[in-house]
Amino acid sequence: MIGKQDGLQRRTTPAPRTQAPGYSGIPGWVRALAVLAAVVVVLPLLAMVLRVDWAQFVPLVTSEPSLTALGLSLRTSAASTLLCIVLGVPLALVLARDTFRLQGLLRSLVLLPLVLPPVVGGIALLYTFGRQGLLGRTLDVLGLQIAFSTTAVVLAQTFVALPFLVVSLEGALRTSGSRYEAVAATLGARPGTVFRRVTLPLVLPGLASGAVLSFARSLGEFGATLTFAGSLQGVTRTLPLEIYLQRETDPDAAVALSLVLVAVAVAVVALAYRSPAGARSGSAQRTTARAPAGRTVR
Amino acid sequence: MTLSFQAAVAGRGVDVALTVRPGETVALMGPNGAGKSTLLATIAGLLRPDSGRAELNGRTLFDLDGGKRTWVPPHHRGTALLAQEPLLFPHLSVADNVAFGPRSAGVAKGEAKEQAMRWLADVEADHLAGRRPAELSGGQAQRVAVARALAADPELLLLDEPLAALDIHSAPLLRRLFKRVLAGRQAVIITHDVLDALMLADRVVILENGRIAEEGPTRAVLERPRSSFAAGLAGLNFVPGTLDGGGVRTSEGMKVSGHDEEAGQLPSPGGPGVAVFPPSAVSVFLNDAHGSPRNSFPVTITDLEPHGDLIRVRAGSLAADITPAASADLGLVPGMTVHFVVKAAAVSVYGT
Repeated sequence: MIGKQDGLQRRTTPAPRTQAPGYSGIPGWVRALAVLAAVVVVLPLLAMVLRVDWAQFVPLVTSEPSLTALGLSLRTSAASTLLCIVLGVPLALVLARDTFRLQGLLRSLVLLPLVLPPVVGGIALLYTFGRQGLLGRTLDVLGLQIAFSTTAVVLAQTFVALPFLVVSLEGALRTSGSRYEAVAATLGARPGTVFRRVTLPLVLPGLASGAVLSFARSLGEFGATLTFAGSLQGVTRTLPLEIYLQRETDPDAAVALSLVLVAVAVAVVALAYRSPAGARSGSAQRTTARAPAGRTVR
Repeated sequence: MTLSFQAAVAGRGVDVALTVRPGETVALMGPNGAGKSTLLATIAGLLRPDSGRAELNGRTLFDLDGGKRTWVPPHHRGTALLAQEPLLFPHLSVADNVAFGPRSAGVAKGEAKEQAMRWLADVEADHLAGRRPAELSGGQAQRVAVARALAADPELLLLDEPLAALDIHSAPLLRRLFKRVLAGRQAVIITHDVLDALMLADRVVILENGRIAEEGPTRAVLERPRSSFAAGLAGLNFVPGTLDGGGVRTSEGMKVSGHDEEAGQLPSPGGPGVAVFPPSAVSVFLNDAHGSPRNSFPVTITDLEPHGDLIRVRAGSLAADITPAASADLGLVPGMTVHFVVKAAAVSVYGT
């Protein structure tokens, strides 16, 4: 007797909202500046595409050093993204949900690599893990030499990419709030269960876009890698380093490889901001407490 | 099988002692900001009070008195919380939502699913089992939330305005469901609706400014309110003051004469007391029509509003119900000064 009547007013899943054409309130000069901004970003890319030697493109891109560098870049970026997830998810959770002393300071310090010149990050890493570094001697005794190895590449990439994941995820965690977690706890779920079955699934879109951004940042990493890991073919020479090196000897190869990186970056951005809703509200605000289901980035 | 609870949360000005007997449903009522939700969050373990102790069926929930720091986390309390919004996990199906409690308690997947289906059938929502929460109406979602809370097998059910967010169509259906599931179940329900208190609760506790203003069996509280909030719920005029012979004298010096139905209980003069009378017993006159044993107070009309087929004349905290014809004859408008007249026989006076 209960079920029959309220079926009438079933809520339908909200349709994607499209902006109705109408008054926008944007002054003409703002539009003009917006076009200029787009030009600043697009024109250099266009100029580069125009310089590509298409006849030689495939041989240049598939040359042995190029493929080695691309392979190394993809492998190290994947590894550092994984490291970012393993370390960044707990950090974001602690920053978003816990309250403790010096929390603001910790957040600022963690976000520092976002604004720090990567070469400075590289120097910092060198004085931590390098031979003469803070942990260098200890690691040396254990037979580990990190600097100028592939591990160093991954560490440098993690150093610069971690803030991207933490920022995205912390935003998503704050937006989704902790009310679902509270309900789950009163239903008898221990903290581990709440994390696995409620928190993580709810912020999956934020985590996914954060991971994609971290991957993209790792892929483009140059300064910290060069300083901390050097440029050894097949070991630490990632694609950006290869491009920089080729620029001196074979500009055509540098341009062709740059185009490859642009293509990868475009693919990554497209993946992260696939839905119009995501592009509008940014990566951090993609999960809302009420309707996180429809916007999942998979 | 009792909840005994005492806690103070200094930051929110809450200091309350509460007992819920076995099988008893207690309605927690009071104005917004009185501390009702704070109280529930404290019982559920979502908010840590500054001091106090609570025991549920012999188990300590928390004990923060005298330097002790016993604190049982929410997932070990057996106190399921059902809020105004259903808060179904959006990424789980209806059946998985209901199975969440049993699964968390370590019940195997298949068995948890079976239990979930039984509880869904119990709230007549088994046909929704495969749906996502986003595909449910407000009433359906809240019914599933009830099944989810019950499936967790709580010793104490905490309900925070579970009917407030529903439209007028689904609320009666849910109220009937609550009447059935709350029968013989230990529960605390926050509500603003006097109907919920009458239908669902054995006892009502009125909370004002973080303190218990009044408590007792629901009917008794509504018939003889001792707080202005309870009088408001019962729709009665409420004049607090000091007892003075057969009436109450207010702090402004106004005297309201009345009688006490429970003869022989009228406390000695000078103690705190209230005069209570229904708006329907109040007549409105343009001039002072004083004559014993009538009470007449000059008042300024603040509002006129329809009330059933009558007009409710509001003057500050007092109200009178008169016919539209009488209101038109008197030419009543807000701001006018009139006399509220009520027979002493219609006024109940008792100590508080």
